Amino acid sequence: MNVGLFPRGTTAIVGVSTFGTGRAPGYEAHDLAAIAARNALREAGLTFADVDGLFYTNSSDTFGGGTSFAQYLGIQPKVIDNSRPGGNVFETWLERAAWLLDAGLINCALIAFGSNQASASGKLARTSQPWPYEARYNPVLPVSSYAMAAARHMHEFGTTKNQLGEVAVAARQWAMLNPEAFKRDPMTLDDYRASRLVSDPLSVLDCCLVTDGGAAIVMTRADRAADLKGTPVKVLGAASSTTHHNISSMPDLTRTALAECAPRAYAAAGLGPNDIDVVQLYDAFTINTILFLEDLGFCPKGEGGPFVEGGAIAPGGRLPVNTNGGGLSCTHPGMYGLFTIIEAVRQLRGECGERQIAGARTAIAQGNGGVLSAQALAILATD
Amino acid sequence: MTNSSAQVKPDEQFTAFLAEGRFMIQRGVDTGTHVFFPRVVAPLTGEELEWVEASGLGTVHSTTVVRKRPPEPSYNVALIDLAEGPRMMSRVEGIDATEVRIGMAVRALIVDAEDGPLVVFAPADQPEQAA
Repeated sequence: MNVGLFPRGTTAIVGVSTFGTGRAPGYEAHDLAAIAARNALREAGLTFADVDGLFYTNSSDTFGGGTSFAQYLGIQPKVIDNSRPGGNVFETWLERAAWLLDAGLINCALIAFGSNQASASGKLARTSQPWPYEARYNPVLPVSSYAMAAARHMHEFGTTKNQLGEVAVAARQWAMLNPEAFKRDPMTLDDYRASRLVSDPLSVLDCCLVTDGGAAIVMTRADRAADLKGTPVKVLGAASSTTHHNISSMPDLTRTALAECAPRAYAAAGLGPNDIDVVQLYDAFTINTILFLEDLGFCPKGEGGPFVEGGAIAPGGRLPVNTNGGGLSCTHPGMYGLFTIIEAVRQLRGECGERQIAGARTAIAQGNGGVLSAQALAILATD
Repeated sequence: MTNSSAQVKPDEQFTAFLAEGRFMIQRGVDTGTHVFFPRVVAPLTGEELEWVEASGLGTVHSTTVVRKRPPEPSYNVALIDLAEGPRMMSRVEGIDATEVRIGMAVRALIVDAEDGPLVVFAPADQPEQAA
């Protein structure tokens, strides 16, 4: 297969929106997504009526979640995608939407998500079936799965608890610069070390937030994007890959599917890690950031721990990572993948106020699903 | 009309073997590759599978302690690499949950859990009765 076939730069994100990303009592999941979708379309001067490709899921999704949301919006799209491998699906949908737009099958893609998990249940919405070959040992999922990947990374490479803590502290320092972030009170490495263990070696402060939230992005072909309101952000490359479903079937606990799909996305974009100005990673747990920095090629395998030390990914550090505060401190409504795309777009549009990376021209938005199971990334750029 | 009735379901067969005190896993009849978890055809090749007795020997590949608020005890969850190749989730018993180490040699035993027989592991250097 020729990776050069990806339609580099022929599609663009023309609108983004988040809504209700902390607590949003009184809203159903569809409501949160619909408001975000309306606002994202408005950024581009478009309405629901313009959407002919709908990519959707929510925190209480069941069979037909996509058609149900199309009905809510009053539209009859040519393409509805409601697949749910996990929180990575939004980057995967972005990838598919680029292909479908480029092929002319659709003209306007809406990728949307809504979750009221925090207000509805106060905890992570769980819709996957327990699997007896793991469930009978009572792991706390998903944290125990990530914990065993972290333990293995520590064993193989000498990664330390303090290095995981650096990830948590960096996320919080970014969140303190983001008015939309849910957790903005200061946090130190001492606070991190005092945090209660949940599933060794991961503590409460290694784990993402549990919030509500809606989000949406709108994509069109780049030629049309030029005629719309707002600043388009081009899609230079995107790729997805999957290694397993349950952690006991993960081939290598310290190497995610990003190691396979990131080179394809870089090749499509004609860029490498050194060309990327801002990085938005799916930090459901602190170990994720370390694994993904390695698998995206920002440092060699095993060196993610030392890489994040000394505030290297915090404000003012050598690589801006998760500038919104991430899933750890900004928002995590159960599936976080759309939020990495939106923060990447906002950075590239120069809208990020105190946390803005001056002159950011290229960004990676990455998505993770399941228990490190499914991975995807998009490489985005201004013109 | 097609009426495809399976023999015994692999999940049920696995449990039935455990009830007899046997830890059985599957093996591809063509490649000889061992398989866990139980299924009706082999992964990748699709070859037929046969049941074989596992040696019960394994190594801790990774481990975690699920922390509970006292007095409820914390407990171990581990990934075990079986000597035959496959990896499975289980737990290591017979030592404190925090003492389980990656690389530790372990040996399977079958315990009676509330919902039926269950494969767990103990350190390989412990006498069999102690676990």
